[in-house]
Amino acid sequence: MNLRGIATLLYKEILRFSKVWLQTLGAPVITTLLYLLVFSHVLEEHVQVFRNVSYSAFLIPGLIMMSVIQNAFANSSSSVIQSKVTGNIVFILLTPLSHLEVYLAYTVAAVVRGLAVGLGIYLVAIFFVSLPVHNVILLVAFAFLGSAVLGTLGLIAGIWAEKFDQLAGFQNFVIMPLSFLSGVFYSLHSLPEFWQQLSRFNPFFYMIDGFRYGFFGMSDVSPWLSLVVVAFSLLLLALFTLFLLSRGYKLRH
Amino acid sequence: MPAISIRAIHKRFGSLHALKGVEFQVEQGEFFGLLGPNGAGKSTLINIIGGLARATEGSIEVLGHDVVGDYRHSRRQLGIVPQELVFDPFFTVRETLRIQSGYFGLGRENDAWVDSLIDGLKLSDKADVNMRLLSGGMKRRVLVAQALVHRPKVVVLDEPTAGVDVELRKSLWEFVKALHKDGHTIVLTTHYLEEAEALCDRIAILHHGMLAALDTTKALLARGIGNIRCVNIKTSEPLAVIPESLQHKIKSQDGNSLVLQLNREEDSIVNVLDVLRNAGANVTDLETEVADLEDVFLELTAAGRS
Ligand SMILES: Nc1ncnc2c1ncn2[C@@H]1O[C@H](COP(=O)(O)OP(=O)(O)O)[C@@H](O)[C@H]1O
Ligand SMILES: [Mg+2]
Repeated sequence: MNLRGIATLLYKEILRFSKVWLQTLGAPVITTLLYLLVFSHVLEEHVQVFRNVSYSAFLIPGLIMMSVIQNAFANSSSSVIQSKVTGNIVFILLTPLSHLEVYLAYTVAAVVRGLAVGLGIYLVAIFFVSLPVHNVILLVAFAFLGSAVLGTLGLIAGIWAEKFDQLAGFQNFVIMPLSFLSGVFYSLHSLPEFWQQLSRFNPFFYMIDGFRYGFFGMSDVSPWLSLVVVAFSLLLLALFTLFLLSRGYKLRH
Repeated sequence: MPAISIRAIHKRFGSLHALKGVEFQVEQGEFFGLLGPNGAGKSTLINIIGGLARATEGSIEVLGHDVVGDYRHSRRQLGIVPQELVFDPFFTVRETLRIQSGYFGLGRENDAWVDSLIDGLKLSDKADVNMRLLSGGMKRRVLVAQALVHRPKVVVLDEPTAGVDVELRKSLWEFVKALHKDGHTIVLTTHYLEEAEALCDRIAILHHGMLAALDTTKALLARGIGNIRCVNIKTSEPLAVIPESLQHKIKSQDGNSLVLQLNREEDSIVNVLDVLRNAGANVTDLETEVADLEDVFLELTAAGRS
């Protein structure tokens, strides 16, 4: 393993988003807090999902997770497509970094960005809403695995897309619907039967449900089931990405 | 063991057969010229050497390491300066170079070498400037430095002097010559025949994806390549008829400007001017131009036919 090589690519990726932190960290934190403000204000009186949990409190874990995964996706996908379009991807392709090393660096960078955004939202939100923490290990595990899954998806999208609008399409037609229909704003049990069944095929649902369990100790499905589903999704996607990287798909012509 | 060993390389892009069984070796310590007109396949070949592209058939080794099967070793021995002026707009010159060095597993212990590259390529006063703010020539120099951060034994420069001003071209030449003196193997692709003439020990000429010639620079020059030059003759009136004896030397004609392709040894400019004057032309100006590679190919293929 070229550990220093991985560390360097990771460092480069982190430097890349932190140099424009206002856009990559600040903006998502503020957007999410605005969501929270609006939805909790409008719905606080009318909706209660879990007993003894205010709607604002219920909403926070879902919103955090949604930002975590969207930012993880944005990080790896935009970095790869930018490097491809500007041509500076050659600086990585010319090095002895292996497929696994490249994969790890991009994914961990996406996780770091996702977790940084999530932590930012959490720290501001707990000023306004009291939020219990039931199981911190599960909570961190879901944030980590969820952002790794989306970091990997971002890598796939970045490798596949040749233009920025193809990437935007992937984001708008795959990532956004899946993350909005994952139970951020509601409990699965409040949906009609058909949609409940459909949601069970959405891996994002398990990320959010499990993450929420970490706070409240309550969830729609068992957190262990969620953990297995999310970890298995990561494994499958990681293997697929490693396959693409080893074939040089759309990278080495 | 050769520095680069290229075996029966074919490359297809869909229906385009860009490389058709190219095969040659570059010896260690050589200064090797890879020449050919636009679209000949030079960059494609270099990309396959560096792993940026995959050959459809054939194999390449760099100092005995297969560029696909043993890429970790081959890429450590290889520094490639790409043809395109690419850069990462997020970073300064120094950041760019240190990051590149890190990819090869090198840490702070390599900073001194990075700094000496910055010095050697006259980038010192731009070291902490963002890449975006650099001129084209400066960016080119950073690309050269980037290719050298890991002290590769084999250095490949893909048209490093295209579109570069005379000053920079000269200083790049000096820099590359010094690298060669230090024992590096250099492969240079260029459009400028004089550049190849002045620097290279051996020259390969690629044409339509095939090796058209491969010989020492001396031998190629002896075959007449490099003896051609172009003369641009201006006359007060457009020439109605061009004398018979000059017909086959015409390269182009446009109004009162006539470009002839002459052989440095066989044709005398004085004779040509006499012929024109006898035909009633009033020559007002005359310029000689260095032959470009296209002329060399005309000459090569013409020589082959006759
Ligand atoms: N990625 C690619 N996809 C399709 N065709 C390509 C690609 N890269 C190069 N070519 C084609 O291959 C041929 C050789 O190109 P290139 O190697 O760039 O030539 P040179 O460097 O000698 O000018 C050209 O016809 C070019 O259009
Ligand atoms: Mg080229």
